[in-house]
Amino acid sequence: MSLFQLLNGLTFAALLFVVASGFTLIFGLLWIVNLAHGALYLFGGYVGYTIAAQSGSFVVAAFGAIAAVVALGFVLDQGLLRFVRGFVLREVLLTLGVAFVLNDIALVIWGGDSFTVPIPEVLTGGINVFGVYYPKYRLFVLLTGIVIFIALWLLLHRTRLGALIRAGVDDAEMVEASGINIRRVFLATFLLGSALAGFGGLLGGAFLSLYPSADSEILVFSLAVVVIGGQGSLVGAAVGSLLVALLNTFGQVMFPEIAYFVIFGPMAVLLAFRPLGLFGKAA
Amino acid sequence: MSVMQANLVKTTAPAQRLSGGRMLMIGAAVVIAVAMLPLVLSTYQIGLATEILIFGILAMSIDILAGFAGRTSLGHGAIFGTSTYVVVYTVSVVGLSPALGLLLGVLAATGVAAIFALLAVRTSGVYFLLLTLALGMIVWGICLRWTPVTGGENGLRGDVRSGILLEPRIFFWMVLAIVAVLSFAIWRFVRSPFGLTLRGIRDSESRMRSLGYNVPLHLFIGFLVSGFFAGIAGGIYAFFNNFVSPSTVALTQSVEGLLMMIVGGVGTLFGSFVGATAIIILENIVSSYTERWQSVLGLAFIVVMIFAPEGIVGKVRAFLDRGRKSKA
Repeated sequence: MSLFQLLNGLTFAALLFVVASGFTLIFGLLWIVNLAHGALYLFGGYVGYTIAAQSGSFVVAAFGAIAAVVALGFVLDQGLLRFVRGFVLREVLLTLGVAFVLNDIALVIWGGDSFTVPIPEVLTGGINVFGVYYPKYRLFVLLTGIVIFIALWLLLHRTRLGALIRAGVDDAEMVEASGINIRRVFLATFLLGSALAGFGGLLGGAFLSLYPSADSEILVFSLAVVVIGGQGSLVGAAVGSLLVALLNTFGQVMFPEIAYFVIFGPMAVLLAFRPLGLFGKAA
Repeated sequence: MSVMQANLVKTTAPAQRLSGGRMLMIGAAVVIAVAMLPLVLSTYQIGLATEILIFGILAMSIDILAGFAGRTSLGHGAIFGTSTYVVVYTVSVVGLSPALGLLLGVLAATGVAAIFALLAVRTSGVYFLLLTLALGMIVWGICLRWTPVTGGENGLRGDVRSGILLEPRIFFWMVLAIVAVLSFAIWRFVRSPFGLTLRGIRDSESRMRSLGYNVPLHLFIGFLVSGFFAGIAGGIYAFFNNFVSPSTVALTQSVEGLLMMIVGGVGTLFGSFVGATAIIILENIVSSYTERWQSVLGLAFIVVMIFAPEGIVGKVRAFLDRGRKSKA
């Protein structure tokens, strides 16, 4: 694998981390596998694209995309999921229904064409990295992924909300018994996860482009990351993202037609030995 | 997971298992009644009825796992579609005979089910769902990208159905005959000692393990059997449609099958045909007004999950039970 491909893998891993970290946080704390996560990603991308194309500002687009997707997440959690709380399977299947509806609405609004979010001028073009001419924007994505990892780590380990989230992952009932309104912590986590999906949509929309089935593709990758990394683990999400993205890049170089298949191998091996993932803990 | 089982799966009352002979008579009567349908239906409606039968089998195959082993699969559309792909490919591209194509299709589907099962039997609940979903999507991704073989997004078209089967009524009767035999086989299967063991696993895995049952092996075989039936349904679908594209293996397919099963009633087996009828007729009505079937399907899923996770047959049964109790 050349340096260029390695960088491609790393930047894709950064994007995957942004999307999958939200997914795994929600899964870890609320036990909801939010199958609408891919659709939220796609919506974030589309909204970001529309705002960026209208206003010409990537930053405004980022805020717009995050705001729109957080609003969607709020409606999903408070408007629908509250009716099936406590029934894990019904929750999951409900989010699947939501994913279908959102995907279809996106098709109505934005049509079936593929879009690419316009990149801000500062980040267009490329620079020389160890003798390889590489697009600046993708390096920016890599950097963003690292920044978000650090920010999330600090949030989880250095703030009160983070402590509550970690405690909730371990034992939600106990947290509630000690007088904390765990529902509020749940909602905050759900919105944080949604925000990450929306922001991921904008980030990814600028170099992977957005099209009607992009949501299920990113969802499969996120699922693979969580299966490999383990539920609710930030480090697991980072390691899983790296593994999945590098394998995928490697697969695309070696067997371009069946690249999808290459993620499947490690997932299989891992499940055979560690059904809960590398960093997963038994409930 | 016990919370979810209490709500998605209803344990069958012993009274219903006693009336095996009566079930057979009712079944025979239903098959004869359905066989009369082509005499009154239009060609288009016969097509719909054929589709209902095929998807009824798919939904039933999902019910084997969901209703009797407590494992909800989101990968059966991919197993079903694998068979469809293999049948269309072997018959129209390779030029094998349709019967051989069907055999290979079912074998391929069972093989895919075996791979899924190997990975998934150690998990339960949400993890099982996740894993089957991801595996199904990998199959979809391969069908979409492996253009030289699968035709990519355009799919494969070929005259799988030929000769006497081109007449819709005869094809319908043939499918009905197969479906009747398969339904009987599935019904026997879930009532067999093996099926009872699966139910035991559904109700308490740890208890079955301590009784000395090999839980993963039973689940593996259960998955294989379920995949076998899904594969037959997919193979027949190739004959029905003469065409296959990535949408046949897509998540939508798994979701539709699952919704049919849930609408019919988890663990009711024959409810699957009720569910298939409801969903396919709904799809037809919706499609004649709007192109937004996917939205309606999603909404149907949301509504069923919130209001009626026990399905139509389950609701009717609960209603009857209540009536019986109030009389007693």
